[in-house]
Amino acid sequence: MTDALLVAAGAILLTVAVGLVRVLYGPREVDRMMAVQLLGTGGVAALLLAAAATEVAGVENVALGLALLSSFASVAFVVASPRADRR
Amino acid sequence: MSAALDVFSLLAIGAGVFFFVAGTVALVRFPDSLSRLHALTKADNLGLGLVVIGLLPRAGSPLAALKLVVLWALVQVSSATVAQLIGGALRRRDAET
Repeated sequence: MTDALLVAAGAILLTVAVGLVRVLYGPREVDRMMAVQLLGTGGVAALLLAAAATEVAGVENVALGLALLSSFASVAFVVASPRADRR
Repeated sequence: MSAALDVFSLLAIGAGVFFFVAGTVALVRFPDSLSRLHALTKADNLGLGLVVIGLLPRAGSPLAALKLVVLWALVQVSSATVAQLIGGALRRRDAET
């Protein structure tokens, strides 16, 4: 059962890595930001699976931290983007 | 009883991985940024939700299960807000160009 969890975590990381192709080819910055957002959520899912599989104590808190920080990255991107009204 | 729980969590986690794959394929294949954003936030929220549901029976104490649900709620709220923000940024850029 635990190796099934680890296989699922690996599968999620693999698919998110494929999703990062959008960061390379994304015509617009917004697409790149979406790929990073998917990486954040995928990372959280993989961490949770690893936490359940390996029963290590602190891994869920790492997933909590990653979930928090991945949203800050997108907010920073949106706030830093050129706004019609401010400039 | 524990075998049934294992089967249940395997099915839920499998569905979660499937939605992650669907979200990633949508992100790579869809033509337009907005449709990518729509598909992406749907799929990865649902993927993470199903993974959390699959992990709930394996959580040791009810408190750990509650922590998983709270984490999923945080990702739901932050991902929805971020999707609105990115959509707004997208509309502003379209208005400019």
